[in-house]
Amino acid sequence: MELNLTEEQEMIVGMVRKFVQNEILPLEMQLDPDADALPAEHKTRLVEKVKQMGLYGLDIPPEYGGPDLDMVTRTLLAIEMSQHRAGLYVPCYGVFGGAGLAQLFEANDDQKERYLYPTLRGEKSGFFGLTEPSGGSDPARAIETRAVQDGDDWIINGSKIFISGADKADYGLVFARTSPDKGRGGVTCFIVDTDTPGFHVRRIVHTLRSARYATELQFEDMRVPARNILGQLNKGFAIANDRLSRQRIPYSAGCIGVAIAANKMAVEYAKQRETFGAPLSSRQAIQWMLVDNEIDIRHARWVTLEAADKAEKGEPFRTEAAMAKLIATENASRVVDRCIQIHGGYGVTKDFPFERWYREMRIRRIGEGPSEVQRHIIARDILGSSLR
Amino acid sequence: MSIRITKPFIDLNEENLQQVNGNLGIYQLADDQDRVLKTGYAGGKSLFGLQGELRDALQQQTAARFRTEITSAYLTRYQELLMLHQADFGELPPLNDPADVNNLGRLSPA
Repeated sequence: MELNLTEEQEMIVGMVRKFVQNEILPLEMQLDPDADALPAEHKTRLVEKVKQMGLYGLDIPPEYGGPDLDMVTRTLLAIEMSQHRAGLYVPCYGVFGGAGLAQLFEANDDQKERYLYPTLRGEKSGFFGLTEPSGGSDPARAIETRAVQDGDDWIINGSKIFISGADKADYGLVFARTSPDKGRGGVTCFIVDTDTPGFHVRRIVHTLRSARYATELQFEDMRVPARNILGQLNKGFAIANDRLSRQRIPYSAGCIGVAIAANKMAVEYAKQRETFGAPLSSRQAIQWMLVDNEIDIRHARWVTLEAADKAEKGEPFRTEAAMAKLIATENASRVVDRCIQIHGGYGVTKDFPFERWYREMRIRRIGEGPSEVQRHIIARDILGSSLR
Repeated sequence: MSIRITKPFIDLNEENLQQVNGNLGIYQLADDQDRVLKTGYAGGKSLFGLQGELRDALQQQTAARFRTEITSAYLTRYQELLMLHQADFGELPPLNDPADVNNLGRLSPA
């Protein structure tokens, strides 16, 4: 892996860094500290600006209109885009656009017409419905939602939990068991329109993220046509699994960006704040916290870029993605925690972004597969079948 | 946990306002028949939290009664209560911005 950024990478990264500093940070100062959306007029203006920069739809493949950027550059940009208060979960408040559900690139032509293209045009949005009350870390076995064939349709009954955006979505990818005795080989992915009779958003699930909630869904005799099966019957888990591995790279990048932003603030504060007649930065206790931050950030950055590099080259990257997710979420959590400590009382107020980062970062060690599952994946790859 | 607020409304007056602290949270304003007129929140930018928001409402004399719920999840709770009102009555409370409905999700509570 090349360790130095190319000229083009330096240029694009610099452009996005300026965008965050000049456009996002000043606007953010005016918003509620927990806000996760910009006022509509600002969002429209900034989306136009991003389109002029040629960077709109960063995770959309070039053949579908996205910018022709490699995975490493996209990861570098994801690190930049998250360096603000709301950046962990809504980098740049979504003005860089996105592909939404990447699984739809694997859809058939009819499904692409009905779901993918309207999504890319911003006319429709979707949700990813995998986790159930019975468990999220082992979805292949935990899925109890059942789909039973009835002529040309499938009848779905069951429930999902911790699903983001389902209450506002036009459609969703719902994973259901179609062969009860086949384990991970008995799960199918259905594209479900949210206006289908029997589709219910039963409640909001409030979490540490106070601006964005998850939802709990219930399906009651929900009839879905067979043409809405994404991929093949009983092959749905492969679709879910692929998404989980790929998602771990940008997920890690967001954590690194926040850690960098927090650490920059802590370095500045340590230089200015005086205790007992000398700046905090002269205290070894503070210096060591900043040193540990730097080490944690660099460690996370390199393993994440290595995962991105392998993914770009088409090499197996499951272990690297799991390491990136594990290290980035745990390291960034420690960095934010130390930055709060350095800021003292101010660190836990809503005047500064640390308390939001602290809350949201805690979720990151669980979301997209908790740290223990990442270690399990790495152990399985190291030890092979002897672990099973 | 019930998603509906079950605590009763009380009169919006100076005496009752003294019992409200400056916490983050949500509030509802109602008429004298306890019909909800507005759901609002006291967020991180509210200078005096719930008490400040309700003091504004008292000065504007827009409502007769109020109730509050202290929560750090004020934004999602606020959205939830608006969605619930929309599901129950087909519209938002009269003093809320009707345009907010465009930013709301759909809830079908059991």
